[in-house]
Amino acid sequence: MKSENRIRLNAQNISDNEYFFGHKACAGCAGSLAVRLALKVLGERTFTALPAGCMSAVGFIYPQMAFAINAMISTFPGTASLLSGMKAGLKKLGKEDVNIVGFAGDGGTADIGIQALSGAIDRRDRVIYICYDNEAYMNTGIQKSGLTPFGTKTTTTPAGKNIRGCLTHKKNMFEIVAAHDIEYAATASVGYPEDFMNKVQKAAEASTTSYIHVLAPCPTGWGTPTETAVEIAKDAVDCGLWFLAEYEEGEFKLNRVPKEFSSVKNYLFQQSRFKHLTEDDIIEIERFRDKKWDRMKSKWLNEK
Amino acid sequence: MIKPTLRNYKRPVYITDYPTGPNCESGHLVDKNSGWRTFRPTINLDLCKGCLRCYLLCPDGVIFKSNSKVDVDYDFCKGCGICAHECKFKAITMTKEDKE
Ligand SMILES: Cc1ncc(C[n+]2csc(CCOP(=O)(O)OP(=O)(O)O)c2C)c(N)n1
Ligand code: SF4
Ligand code: SF4
Ligand code: SF4
Ligand SMILES: [Mg+2]
Repeated sequence: MKSENRIRLNAQNISDNEYFFGHKACAGCAGSLAVRLALKVLGERTFTALPAGCMSAVGFIYPQMAFAINAMISTFPGTASLLSGMKAGLKKLGKEDVNIVGFAGDGGTADIGIQALSGAIDRRDRVIYICYDNEAYMNTGIQKSGLTPFGTKTTTTPAGKNIRGCLTHKKNMFEIVAAHDIEYAATASVGYPEDFMNKVQKAAEASTTSYIHVLAPCPTGWGTPTETAVEIAKDAVDCGLWFLAEYEEGEFKLNRVPKEFSSVKNYLFQQSRFKHLTEDDIIEIERFRDKKWDRMKSKWLNEK
Repeated sequence: MIKPTLRNYKRPVYITDYPTGPNCESGHLVDKNSGWRTFRPTINLDLCKGCLRCYLLCPDGVIFKSNSKVDVDYDFCKGCGICAHECKFKAITMTKEDKE
């Protein structure tokens, strides 16, 4: 289906059903909000797999089962290969008008699960892969992943005399996925929930693999008040440290180009994981942001 | 409406009462989350415009539509305060729970 005839989803027209309810995520967890909203879009005929990570840990606490659909836990590296297996099994059972979706963390996606993800995209399996990015290995107590931003204090990148948090910038997972020439890929943020839901709907319409990378703040690991996750996820986009984009039919598209960025410093200093940063560190973060945006704008906003 | 519900569940007493196998029925809830809450959201229906932003953004999905406005399932609300923080009409207030 093409975008012109698609009804845009919002709070009014989205399904009342709750498919992720009674889970044990920390109060104010945006990862659980991302899973909840995506499943409301995908509906009852959805099969899901989640690897080791917070969302499986909080969803399946035997005999408490927070998923109202068929759901299973995969190995930590095997989200995408399990999705492929589920697709094959469902096909054998004659169930093809279903959605098959995986929800993996940033560690489960950009580090240990990247090979399985690459394989599934290569096979063009019709599955949806959603990475909820909370920027560290949260379930095991906040270790650095390939998607942890520069300067972040984690238990494996401490802020002390020798280093001031994470030494590397976020891995460019979105373009790594796009480089497979995937049918549909998008970035999103729970701070722009309607945009996220509509991207999930688009992903469900793909006839091969689709990927969504959604920024999902973690109050526990980021050191933020429990009521702020949605606001901070919006700030991340507005200050330019995160971006909303799509890759479709071989083309990149920026969905939101802020005329002026909001303050990076404000964004960072709301979070205790960045409290130790110096002025120089913030200059480095802004330099990296500007370089990325210059490149995205010059390559993706051309012609048309 | 499809939504996991709280079941009557007899907690195992002896090790042999535990079922074998790791799977259970979808949406099988045996436990509320209300005990986590230290602050309680209260919706002022006079101020509420029924915009549904709180319903959209509650990570626990415990806000539901009711008479063209909204209500809270307090059995599963954790008191995070996102609903109150995100309501543009300041219709939700968070008050400390009195617990003995
Ligand atoms: C092969 C393997 N290695 C390590 C672990 C331990 N482990 C479980 S969850 C997890 C962290 C997951 O981090 P992420 O994927 O970012 O998800 P989050 O917990 O942040 O939601 C780790 C290291 C495991 N379960 N399996
Ligand atoms: S540690 Fe973070 S990601 Fe994990 S459940 Fe808690 S808030 Fe969510
Ligand atoms: S966000 Fe506020 S105004 Fe909107 S439905 Fe909720 S309580 Fe009512
Ligand atoms: S306090 Fe949090 S859990 Fe409770 S209704 Fe509001 S958003 Fe939902
Ligand atoms: Mg993580």
